[in-house]
Amino acid sequence: MAHAPTAGTAAGEPKYYVPHGTTWPIMGSIGLFTLFIGVSILLNGGSGTVVALLGAAVVIVMMFLWFGEVIRESEARYYNGQVDKSFRMGMMWFILSEVMFFAAFFGTLYYARQFSLPWLGGEGSDAVTNAVLWPSFESAWPSNGPEAVGGNFQTMGPWGVPALNTALLLLSGVTITIAHHGLKAGNRAQLNLFLLATVLLGFIFLGFQAYEYIHAYTELNLTLGSGIYGSTFFMLTGFHGLHVTIGAIMLTVIWFRCIRGHFTPDRHFGFEGVAWYWHFVDVVWLGLFIFVYWL
Amino acid sequence: MSTATTHGHAHDHHDDHHGPAKGLMRWVTTTNHKDIGTLYLVFALVMLFVGGAMALIIRLELFQPGLQFVNPDFFNQMTTMHALIMVFGMIMPAFVGFANWMIPMMIGAPDMALPRLNNWSFWILPFASGILVSTLFMDGGGPAGGWTLYPPLVLQTGNAFPFAIFAVHLLGMSSIMGAINIIVTIMNMRAPGMTLLKMPLFVWTWLITAYLLIGAMPVLAGGVTMLLTDQFFGTSFFSAAGGGDPVLFQHIFWFFGHPEVYIIILPAFGIVSQIIPTFSRKPLFGYDSMVYATASIGFLSYIVWAHHMFTVGMPLAGMMFFMLSTMLIAIPTGVKVFNWLSTMWRGSLTFETPMLFAIGFLFLFTIGGFSGLMLAITPADFQYHDTYFVVAHFHYVLVPGALFGALGGAYYWLPKWTGHMYDETLGKVHFWMSAIFVNVTFFPQHFLGLAGMPRRIPDYATQFADWNMVSSIGAFGFGFAQLLFVYVVIKCVRGGKPATAEVWDNPEGLEWTVPSPAPYHTFDEAPVIK
Amino acid sequence: MPHPNPTTPSPAPRRATLASALALPALLLAGLPARADWSLLNMPVGVTPVSREVYDLHMLILWICTIIAVATFGAMAYALVAFRKSKGAVADTNMTHSTAAEIIWTVIPVVILVFMAFQAAPALIRIEDTRNSEMTIKITGYQWKWEYEYLNEGVSLFSSLAADSNAARRKNAGIDPRSVENYLLEVDEPLVVPAGVKIRYLITANDVLHAWWVPDFAVKRDAIPGYVNEGWFQVDEPGIYRGQCAELCGKDHGFMPVVVKVVPKAEFDAWLAARKAPAAVAAAN
Ligand code: HEA
Ligand code: HEA
Ligand code: CUA
Ligand SMILES: [Cu+2]
Repeated sequence: MAHAPTAGTAAGEPKYYVPHGTTWPIMGSIGLFTLFIGVSILLNGGSGTVVALLGAAVVIVMMFLWFGEVIRESEARYYNGQVDKSFRMGMMWFILSEVMFFAAFFGTLYYARQFSLPWLGGEGSDAVTNAVLWPSFESAWPSNGPEAVGGNFQTMGPWGVPALNTALLLLSGVTITIAHHGLKAGNRAQLNLFLLATVLLGFIFLGFQAYEYIHAYTELNLTLGSGIYGSTFFMLTGFHGLHVTIGAIMLTVIWFRCIRGHFTPDRHFGFEGVAWYWHFVDVVWLGLFIFVYWL
Repeated sequence: MSTATTHGHAHDHHDDHHGPAKGLMRWVTTTNHKDIGTLYLVFALVMLFVGGAMALIIRLELFQPGLQFVNPDFFNQMTTMHALIMVFGMIMPAFVGFANWMIPMMIGAPDMALPRLNNWSFWILPFASGILVSTLFMDGGGPAGGWTLYPPLVLQTGNAFPFAIFAVHLLGMSSIMGAINIIVTIMNMRAPGMTLLKMPLFVWTWLITAYLLIGAMPVLAGGVTMLLTDQFFGTSFFSAAGGGDPVLFQHIFWFFGHPEVYIIILPAFGIVSQIIPTFSRKPLFGYDSMVYATASIGFLSYIVWAHHMFTVGMPLAGMMFFMLSTMLIAIPTGVKVFNWLSTMWRGSLTFETPMLFAIGFLFLFTIGGFSGLMLAITPADFQYHDTYFVVAHFHYVLVPGALFGALGGAYYWLPKWTGHMYDETLGKVHFWMSAIFVNVTFFPQHFLGLAGMPRRIPDYATQFADWNMVSSIGAFGFGFAQLLFVYVVIKCVRGGKPATAEVWDNPEGLEWTVPSPAPYHTFDEAPVIK
Repeated sequence: MPHPNPTTPSPAPRRATLASALALPALLLAGLPARADWSLLNMPVGVTPVSREVYDLHMLILWICTIIAVATFGAMAYALVAFRKSKGAVADTNMTHSTAAEIIWTVIPVVILVFMAFQAAPALIRIEDTRNSEMTIKITGYQWKWEYEYLNEGVSLFSSLAADSNAARRKNAGIDPRSVENYLLEVDEPLVVPAGVKIRYLITANDVLHAWWVPDFAVKRDAIPGYVNEGWFQVDEPGIYRGQCAELCGKDHGFMPVVVKVVPKAEFDAWLAARKAPAAVAAAN
């Protein structure tokens, strides 16, 4: 297991910390394996709930143990500047991969509006599609396709809850920056207060989003099954919501760590990593607001 | 402690340099880049035989016209699984194994940047592959819609469907985590003085491969997620009735899939770029232009994807764009081929097994590249598409391309890994059998495709019988040759002439400055780069 | 040379095939198996203006690639022979880069590719031009058969694998495929079209993707459920032309052939009229 790093050669810095042996990954793999098997059984109509929950539990416990160990190592100053940089870069590239994940859904939205619906409606080189298969269909947005899959629905206007949510997220971007300044200035009260504000804003956002979903399902007849509009709407906002949830949980963890006095003005990768993630979630939301709700 | 003596400097804190744990748990819990590299390589070798056995079932059924051994549905499962396993379970893990073993040693790093994550990247693989293979035994059989997973056909998969989708998710997670680790290692862990343009080419090709992985794999994850929701949650992404389009999935798949084929070949380019200079006794010719060519290939690979979809009825302008952009890739690839050739030019060549595989690669990959260029010519692709001509093309770039690259690399570094020389005679026999049979297997497939045999069919019209028989014989020969490889590897691990630190005649690179076998920990203290 | 019926099974005895295949490694060096049907090594020239154009394009790029291959592989072979250590070659370690060489082997391929693009692009434009067609047929792919509708004529038909092929293709059917004429390439009812007429086809699918392909016409277009693709062909020579579904469509993907019977215009008109008659009767009932 973990060893105290050797005192470094240069300037009192410990050497690059290489942990010796770890059991968290195998636990994570088993957890994911169980989780996905359970969910698959469920999707096939079998009884996989217990298996899925078991898997999820293993994954969650694993994350606590793994991150807990990293946090302990970090607080024990095992990590030199280079390790810190590795974490930072790792987080950056992870976020980039998330960006590409969302790009697939944004691309889908673009393709549906720019190509498939116009073609179905008789535009471009595929004009015959409309004439032969869907003669009464006219391309428009929003749309649930030529067969009006899912029945009539209403869309979610941008200027109600979504605008409010935009304000909330933008504000949370400000509060986390203020908290960061507090951390760097050694002002722990400012840090704790504004980080708490960020956490609260995140959860309020989620509350509004839940409200919006209920509204969509019960009053607007807007569901995942509402053709391409419903599909893209819920896929994009749903995965975003999932990321906000993860981000808010991470913020909460960070907040507890701050209260415990973790992080120093010049060494706080954990804080920054979460902050970056939060900003990423923020930017994705702006994309959603513009392309999903507004345009 | 076993082999864990660190070279070149005294170590005062012994327990920091300790050797591996004992027994099975060593491999389960290891954070050591060499152990993890070994795990990847062994796993890939096993999967070569799993995927290869499926290929042999395909070739067995195609040995003669008529259905003798399997039913059409099972045949399609074999085609699909063969490809998924070879691509995600064999060739990609093999190259990640090389990356793990060699990149820290090549750039003078003590280990990979994120060792625990590294362990996880590997240990997801056996579980993901286990799920994938187990689908074959489920109600309705495994996925049978081709490795491209095109809807609506793939939505007809039975119980295996969600399992297969999640297996792809897991494989993707593993690749992304591996890629992040590799980028961070290269960007952050180089020894002082190891500037970017001093890095061995293998490191460079992997850096660009890792970028491709991070850009491409999440898109595939998004795509298969949409398949899942279309199947189970009533979404209409790929169904015209709800305003979606089945072709949209093809765009998403190939936006991933085309970079994927360069993800597969770039590390092989890197390995060949290490081998050829060593056995030419001459530095790599045109190092800088090799780096730029690799980067251009990486860039271009994102803007050519629809050349797999010329027959879907794209607008004319789209076809033009994708034809021309695809043709452009011949230029940087040509630069690489000519640079390898110039490296050998006025060299002092010897032909040990790694060099033989590199030369085999040079000739046969280039043939695959030429057929790729032919496929890029849209009007001609209307004829080639979905025939065995395409199958011939991609096996030329995948088998004597990527796989030869991996085999050559294995011979090249085996002495460094094990401390023993492999059996050179058997190695050469392995090479010649592989090189001959790979051509016997795949060259006739060009003829079959041109004469009109579609791909993904379990049975064929009788005029295709002759060349199919030849191809099947070749496949079994090639498979047999790989058994020999396993024997050579085991023999080399068990013993053999001790290898020197340099192994070869004055090779370039930091990995040759440490003893063979390489100590458990290398470069705890950063080496000095001239 | 056109292939009116390029799919006639080669008559050679099986033993010869086996022998030539077994001797293959040696034969591969000496050349290709002597008994092979040489017309089966290359793309058919086909019978339409498009197919001839595609064939020419194919041969052009094949030759260009061959020439580049000969030059490149020739140089490689020379290097392998001339610069071997065993022959006393000493490495010229100063030969590490040459900007001039890099420019040359960038520019020459660019020129070649530009030349190829100028050949390919106009051909593509002509192939995609479906204007001025005289009749339109709608093709629909099903698992696993084709439906052909003669638009505005009220005639349509289904076309699926012929019964004798269907019997022989069962697993362990005990029927030698070679004894079945046009094994897997025969249908119960072919598509009948007139010769010398530009025919536009609209293609779609009912369930999953399929692709309609006749090598002699050099047309291959995907059938996509919910969307319609179009293409065209014009065959001047009457004959029977065979192809297959070219997009994986499930278990019987290999068993949904395409057969097009091209007949003189007058014969076609008669056929169409005869077809219409029962349809008219059915409508009257
Ligand atoms: C390692 C993997 C790999 C690599 C490297 C390549 C390389 C290339 N591929 Fe290939 N390809 C695949 C794997 C790969 N491919 C796979 C798996 C499929 C099928 C997927 C499926 O459908 O299941 C496929 C399919 C495929 C298609 C689709 C065919 C179809 O389905 O109809 C096309 C079409 O353009 C294509 C083109 C190319 C081109 C232009 C290159 C170029 O990169 C090649 C460039 C190299 C050279 C040209 C040779 C060297 C150059 C010179 C010596 C310079 C001088 C040369 C000239 C000027 C000509 N490939
Ligand atoms: C890296 C990728 C890779 C590799 C290495 C290979 C290797 C091989 N491939 Fe594969 N192949 C693909 C990727 C690859 N392939 C892809 C992407 C497809 C497209 C799939 C699709 O259409 O969806 C494909 C499709 C494909 C087809 C077309 C199937 C069809 O269209 O229906 C065929 C047919 O000949 C084939 C053959 C082979 C053969 C003979 C080998 C040989 O090189 C394999 C060599 C064999 C061995 C190494 C095995 C040796 C084993 C033994 C000797 C004993 C085994 C016994 C036990 C395990 C007990 N492959
Ligand atoms: Cu229909 Cu393949
Ligand atoms: Cu491609």
